[in-house]
Amino acid sequence: MNFKLKDIGPQLITVLAVVLIFGFFTYNAQVNMENRGIDFGYGFLSQESSFDVQFSLIEYDGSHSYFRAYLVGLLNTILVSVIGIILATILGVIVGIARLSPNYLINKFAAFYVEFFRNIPLLLQIFFWYFAALRALPLPQDAEAMFGISFLTIKGLFVPAFIWENFNIFFYSIVAAIIAIIVIRINAKKLQETQGKQTPVLLISIGLLLILPLLSFLIGGVRLSFEVPVLKQLATTSFIYEGGVSLPPELIALALSLSLYTATFIAECVRAGIQGVGKGQKEAAASIGLTPNQVLKLVIMPQALRIIIPPTTNQYLNLTKNSSLAAAIAYPDLVLVFAGTALMQTGKAIEIVSITMFTYLTLSISISILMNWYNKKIAIQEK
Amino acid sequence: MMSKINFLKPDKSNLYTFLYLGSFLFFVSVLDVLLNSFFSLNLTGFLPDFLSFLFPLIIGFIGLYFIRIELSGIKQLDLLNKHINTNNFNAVLSLLIIFIILKSIPPISSWFFVDASFAGDSKDVCTGSGACWTYIKVWMRRFMYGMYPNAEQWRINLSFIALALLGSVGYFATDRFKKYLTLYYVVIYPFIAFLFIFFFISGGPVFFDFSYGIIAAILSIIIGFFIPSKFKFYYFLIVPFGLYILLKYFIFYEELIELGKLDGLNWVETGAWGGLSLTFIISFFCLIFCFPIGMAFALGRRSGFPLIRYISIGFIEFWRGVPLITVLFMSAVMFPMFLPADFFIDKLVRCIIAISLFEAAYVAEVIRGGLQALPRGQYEAAKSLGMGYWKMHIFVILPQALKLVIPGIANTFLALVKDTPLIFVVGLLEIVGMLNLAKTNPEWLGFAMEGYVFAAIIFWIICYAMSKYSYNLEEKYKTDR
Repeated sequence: MNFKLKDIGPQLITVLAVVLIFGFFTYNAQVNMENRGIDFGYGFLSQESSFDVQFSLIEYDGSHSYFRAYLVGLLNTILVSVIGIILATILGVIVGIARLSPNYLINKFAAFYVEFFRNIPLLLQIFFWYFAALRALPLPQDAEAMFGISFLTIKGLFVPAFIWENFNIFFYSIVAAIIAIIVIRINAKKLQETQGKQTPVLLISIGLLLILPLLSFLIGGVRLSFEVPVLKQLATTSFIYEGGVSLPPELIALALSLSLYTATFIAECVRAGIQGVGKGQKEAAASIGLTPNQVLKLVIMPQALRIIIPPTTNQYLNLTKNSSLAAAIAYPDLVLVFAGTALMQTGKAIEIVSITMFTYLTLSISISILMNWYNKKIAIQEK
Repeated sequence: MMSKINFLKPDKSNLYTFLYLGSFLFFVSVLDVLLNSFFSLNLTGFLPDFLSFLFPLIIGFIGLYFIRIELSGIKQLDLLNKHINTNNFNAVLSLLIIFIILKSIPPISSWFFVDASFAGDSKDVCTGSGACWTYIKVWMRRFMYGMYPNAEQWRINLSFIALALLGSVGYFATDRFKKYLTLYYVVIYPFIAFLFIFFFISGGPVFFDFSYGIIAAILSIIIGFFIPSKFKFYYFLIVPFGLYILLKYFIFYEELIELGKLDGLNWVETGAWGGLSLTFIISFFCLIFCFPIGMAFALGRRSGFPLIRYISIGFIEFWRGVPLITVLFMSAVMFPMFLPADFFIDKLVRCIIAISLFEAAYVAEVIRGGLQALPRGQYEAAKSLGMGYWKMHIFVILPQALKLVIPGIANTFLALVKDTPLIFVVGLLEIVGMLNLAKTNPEWLGFAMEGYVFAAIIFWIICYAMSKYSYNLEEKYKTDR
């Protein structure tokens, strides 16, 4: 090895600069904390939090620990992200395909939607839905029932709750159905490759998914009933629905604006993906006698998905990160509960902000590692 | 001769029968919706509710079915069929969209214009069911300038007009000066902009610590052109700081400070800045700062030195992995802890640093994409001409790579503009923040909708114009490969 100053010099200086900056920060932090009498440590996580959270998926109140509060925030973040991702994907795919429609009106309508929602800041959209649009909803006592069972009011959406008996049997039946479908798919692929026979996989899958849970109802002893929300008077003018599941208006506004906003980007990804498949591919597939459905399923989609999936995952990641805007409308997500309330109470700025950032970082990096693995797997194998 | 008509199968032989019948039905359906939405007349009120609701759709669908005749020979009809009436499914969708547009025109136009109130300057005039634009009118100054004192607002206007004029120099430059434009926009213009903002908008003295830094930077860059590339790295490492210290501690520091203190401008602290002008100021500075930082890290990530590469990767992935709101939280509550106790950085400056670093990571990734897309031959050709690392990148690689990534960079800048409202986290109120403040004013309760619509229109225009402009740039710089 011959070390040259030319190679070592710049690296050494850069590292030195980074170390110096970090050292400077750490030193100042120590001095500052000493002056203010704060001690560094994560011990506060097990202390009693003594603050309440409006909406949580797990049991929580002031007597639980800060760590539990962290979990509540994290779960709420995940909840709104998952709802947003599902809605955004559905809407985005529809709009993306509509952007390619030969129908002039549909095409322009989709383009209008994309240009409109993409160019308005997400925070403004959240505020609009929460402070302007959802405030125009009726009070609980005036709300009209949708389909007779659920109520959309200014205090949130109230839907019936499912009450299961023997839920585990139902759950196992679905798991069994999914396993059976996977086995059938693998066999069908083998059959296709060795003997060229095609199996109606889709029909069989749907059938299995319907029949097995149905059997669990008929012979497994699974029962399902609904608990419909009922209007209850709290005071002379104050009403609320009890029973069932209630979704707070913050969640609705957030999920709505996140999905409307992200759907525009997903729509562009879908459009680019489908357009990215060459016209020749379509023609070649048609000329060897594939039906239009087969062309779409076997030729266009596999190639289009290769283009669509990486940027779309990026959008999912963006949506998850954007869900932190929840803090603006007081939806108790990770940032509000932990980096907001918990920070105010404990004053442990460095610990709490670092935990919050680390959580988001872990989320993003694990998804991008997954994505890189997937990309490598589906990349065209060039020889 | 009229042949037998089969109504289930429109054909060309009875073209005109089908055409007249189809268009009649289509127009009846449109007319029905039109009357319903504009004059709230229900022509089909005698039918059961369900049928009455679906009546226009059914009639319109039959009408479109009748006029769907291939190769009719009538140009307009063929065009219509090709564009909105290719098959049953498309016909239904087209009808639905036409109905939605017709249905939504009256409520929207009445809210925006017909029933809206424009006159007056108090809440009392807003009695109609429409929008209360008086609210916007009364609060306009606050939405534009935040809490900036009314009497001083000409300073913001003057600065923005001057900067816009200085920014448009590029359009008027003759060929002789074109080669200096990059230097002008990258180094001199930001400096002038900073002076304007600092001197006019905040009302500080012209010469102060930071301007020494910039003078030192500019001087050392200019001298840097004459330094052999072998020593350039070390030169830029040492000389700017040396110059800064020299200027500050040895050469007329006190005199210049005295000289720079012009009387007549009151100091307006950054906490009072706000509204749309703050949006512009923040976007402008973040845009200026994030570009060079991003470029540096993009080059760092592709550097041959492993340590520099890993540091760049760490930096980029860290900022890309966290939401901006936590970064702003960090700048607000955590960053002061990392600085010496007597060292105070203004809230706005902290914000700009945080957003710049955040967006720089995204810019870095975009530029890296451009660098990777360049064929290897470009690097090899530049090296074979004997160019060093910096020469090669400045004159060969970056001009081509940046051209490739114009859309990506424009998207990042768009995201930056759309991210500015997030500064409410640290208590700075740009236009969206001011709206939220005005909304809670007891005298003007209940006009949230107008405010948000107003801000949405402004942001939409800015962002749409930016995206169209970037599209034009992309077309302009598209060199055939």
